[in-house]
Amino acid sequence: MATQEPTALGERLNRRAVNDFMLKYAIYFVFVILIIAITVKEPSFMSIENFRNILSMSATRIIIAMGVGGILITGGTDLSAGRQVGLAAVISSSMLQALDYPRRMYPQLGELPLIVPILAAMAVCGLIGLLNGLVVSKLRVPPFIATLGTMVAVYGATSLYFDRPPYGAQPIGGLDRRFTNLGSGYIGFDGTYSIPFIVLIALGIALVVWVLHNKTTFGKNIYAIGGNPEAAKVSGVNVTKNLLIAYTIAGLCYGLAGALEAARTGGATNNYGNGYELDAIAACVVGGVSTSGGIGTVPGMLVGVLIFSVINYGLTFVNMSPYWQQIVKGAIIIAAVALDIRKYLNKR
Amino acid sequence: MSAEYVLELRHMSKSFPGVKALDDVSIQVRPGSVHALMGENGAGKSTLMKCIFGIYSPDEGEILLDGKPVKFQNSRQALDGGVSMIHQELLSVPNRSVEENLWLGRYPLRGIGPFKLVDHRKMRADTKALFKNLNMDIDPAVWVSRLSVSKVQSVEIAKAVSYSAKVIIMDEPTSSLTEHEVAHLFGIIRRLRSEGAAIVYISHKMEEILEIADEVSIMRDGRHVGTWPASELTTDVIIKRMVGRDLTHRFPPRSNVPGEVVLKVENFTSAERNSFKDVSFELRKGEILGIGGLVGAKRTELVESIFGLRFVESGVIALRGKEIKIKSPVQAMQDGFSLLTEERRATGIVPMLGVKENMLLANLRRYVGRTGLINEKRGVDDVKKKIADLRIKTPSHRTLIKDLSGGNQQKVLFAKWLLTEPEILILDEPTRGIDVGAKYEIYTIIAELAASGKSIIMISSEMPELIGMSDRIMVMCAGRKTGELDGKTATQEEIMRLAALFE
Repeated sequence: MATQEPTALGERLNRRAVNDFMLKYAIYFVFVILIIAITVKEPSFMSIENFRNILSMSATRIIIAMGVGGILITGGTDLSAGRQVGLAAVISSSMLQALDYPRRMYPQLGELPLIVPILAAMAVCGLIGLLNGLVVSKLRVPPFIATLGTMVAVYGATSLYFDRPPYGAQPIGGLDRRFTNLGSGYIGFDGTYSIPFIVLIALGIALVVWVLHNKTTFGKNIYAIGGNPEAAKVSGVNVTKNLLIAYTIAGLCYGLAGALEAARTGGATNNYGNGYELDAIAACVVGGVSTSGGIGTVPGMLVGVLIFSVINYGLTFVNMSPYWQQIVKGAIIIAAVALDIRKYLNKR
Repeated sequence: MSAEYVLELRHMSKSFPGVKALDDVSIQVRPGSVHALMGENGAGKSTLMKCIFGIYSPDEGEILLDGKPVKFQNSRQALDGGVSMIHQELLSVPNRSVEENLWLGRYPLRGIGPFKLVDHRKMRADTKALFKNLNMDIDPAVWVSRLSVSKVQSVEIAKAVSYSAKVIIMDEPTSSLTEHEVAHLFGIIRRLRSEGAAIVYISHKMEEILEIADEVSIMRDGRHVGTWPASELTTDVIIKRMVGRDLTHRFPPRSNVPGEVVLKVENFTSAERNSFKDVSFELRKGEILGIGGLVGAKRTELVESIFGLRFVESGVIALRGKEIKIKSPVQAMQDGFSLLTEERRATGIVPMLGVKENMLLANLRRYVGRTGLINEKRGVDDVKKKIADLRIKTPSHRTLIKDLSGGNQQKVLFAKWLLTEPEILILDEPTRGIDVGAKYEIYTIIAELAASGKSIIMISSEMPELIGMSDRIMVMCAGRKTGELDGKTATQEEIMRLAALFE
C-alpha cells in the first residue's frame, strides 16, 4: 500500500464506495428511473390520483408479499399463496352478501359484524399455513413440493365450497355495502386528497411484519434458519417452531389479503388469486429477497411490489401493449436479481 | 460436593447404517482441565461429541454431568445444561451481523408478557464486553460473510466461551487460525481452565495438544484406546496409539530428481486489492515446491490465478521457455496444469455423485466415442485402474463419494486430476482434515508422481509437512514472497520467521 499514491488509492476507494452504494440501493434506483421514464413519455402520469390508484392496486399484493417474504427468508417458498387468497375471498364474500340480494349463498344468515368473516377467512388460511409448516418441518417435504400440493388441493376445496346448489358456480356478488366500502373507501376530504383504507391496512401489516422481522427473536431466527439451518439448530433455535410460525403468519396474511381483494372488487369466484403467488414471489425477489434464504427486507419487498404496480399501471398509462408489458416485467425480474446478487458475489 | 469428574461418559455406543461409529466408549473429564481427544478421522471423536451435545442420541450408554445422568434431546438442552461447543464446520450465518450470530438462540429481550422485543442496546453492550474480556478486536455490527475465516473462528470461540459452560467442547478450533491467534486462544483456554471449566479439545495438531492438554484420550475405530497424562506422551507415541501401528517415518522416502526448469512465473501481481504482489518463482521437472505462509498470505489466490480462476494485473508465465497466457481453467488444463483445491467439500467433490463420476469430471471429453456419447466401459476401466493404483478404499466405483472418508475422497480427486495427464500439479493443502494414516498414503502418491517426472507445487500450513515433502520451500507473507529455502536444510523456525515477515 505504501507504494501507492494517496490520490489514486483515495479514488479507488471512493469508486468502490460508490459502487457498493449503488448496489445496495440498486432496486430503489430502478424504481425512480422507471417512474421518471414513464413521466417523460407522458407527463400527466405525475398526479396524486395516479399514485393513489397504484397504491390501492398494490395494497393486497403488499400483504401477500409480506407473507411469502417471511417464508422465502426461511429458505422456503409458498406456491399455495394465490389459491389461499382465492379461498379467503370466497369464504369472506359468501358470508357478507347484502340481506336484500336475491341469490345469497346462505339465505338464513343474518348481518354479521364485518370483522367476523374476515377473521374466519384468516383462520382458515392460518390453518392451511400451519399445515404447510407441519409438512415442511415435520415431514421434511421440500417447501416447493409441499406448497405445490396444497396449492392444488386448496383450489379443489375452494371450488367445492363455491360450486354448490342452489346457484352452482356463480360469482358471489351483491356484497354488503359495509364490506365493499372497506375495499374502496378512503380517509380524507375528497377522492383526490385521501388514503384508501386498504392502503392503510397494508402499510399497517408491513409495519407489523417489519417489527416482527427486525425486533423479535422470531424474526432473527428465521434469518438464521434461512442463512444456515445447522447453525441455528446448534445454537439452540427451535427450527420447527419458527417454521410453523412463519408459515402460519403467511396464511393469516393471505386470508386478510383475500378478504380485502373480494371487498375491493366487489365479489369472488373460485378462480380468484390464481397466479398471485408468482407475482408475490417475483416482487419479493425483485425487492432483494433471496430465494435461497436468509436475505431480504420489508422495505425491499414493498418496493418490489410497487415496481410491478408501476409497470402494470404506468405502462398501460403510456399505452404500451400488454404483451410488451409482460416482456418488460420478465426482463425486470431477471435484471433486478442479476444486479442484486452482485452484492453477495463481490467478495471473491 | 462436586464430583471428581465434571463429565463422565459410560459405555457409549452408536451405530449408523453399516458402521459402528462408537463402540463402548467410557471417558472421564475432570473440572479445571484440558482433555484432548485424538484419533484418525472416522475414529468417532466428532460422533462422540455430537452425542454429548444432543445432536445425535447414543444407542447405548450414559452421560453424567456433575455426577448426574443427563439425556440431551437437542442442542438447546445441552447449552442450558452447561455444555457448549465450537463446531468443526464453523457454523455461522453468513449474511447476518457478528452480534446476531453470537447471541443466536438467546437474544436479550425487553418488554412485557408475550410482547418481547430484542434488546439491541444490551446486545451491543454485551458483545463489546465479551470481546473486551477476550481481548478480541471484531466489529459487532459487520456481516460475518465479510470476515476472514480466522475471524469467523474467533467469533465461534467467543460464542462458545460466552455460555459460561462447565464443559466446552472444541472440535478443531484452530484449523483456520494464525499462529498468533492460536497463542491467543491458548491464553483464553488457560484462563477458562483456571476458572474451573473443563475443555474437551479435539485437534490433529500434535504440537498443540502437547502444549495445551492435561490429559489425552485416544480413539481408534470407534473404541477408546486409553487416556494418559499429556506429560507422558510424545508425538510418536500418540501417532502409534492412534493408528495402532508403528509409523517410524511420517514421510515416505523420495527418489525424485529435479530436472530442467518447466515453469517460470515472473512478477505476478493480482488484480484484486490486498492480494499477492510481484511474486516470481521457478518450478523444475520432477520437483516438489512447497509454499508456506500464514493464513492470509495469499497463497491460494496465487495458485488460483495461475490456474486461470482469478485475474492478474501484471506478470508473466513461461512454460518450458514459452510465454503463455492462461485465461481459464480449461486453458490451464490444456497447458498441462491441474489444481487440487483447498476446500475439498466446497470446491472439490460433488457429494451426491459416485466415485466414477467424480473421477471423470475433469476429463469427460476424452471418453466421448465416435457416436458422440460417452464410452462407459473405457471410463469404468480407467476408474478401476486408478482405484487400484492409488489404493482408494471404496466398496465400488458406484459408491457416492460423500460416503467415503476424507482421505479417500482426496485420493479420488487426485485420480481425477491424474486422468487429465498433467505435467504440473498444484496441490492446495492436500492433507487438510485427513487422518495420519491417510496422510502418509497421500505423501506416497505425491512422492511417486514427482519421481515419475511430474512437477508439483504444494501449499501447506503444516510446517513438518513442508519440510518433510519439499525440495524447495517458498514462503509468503501478506501477498509477498519473503524467501526461498532448501527443503533439506529448512527449519520450522526459519519458515516461521519468513512467514511473519510483515512490512
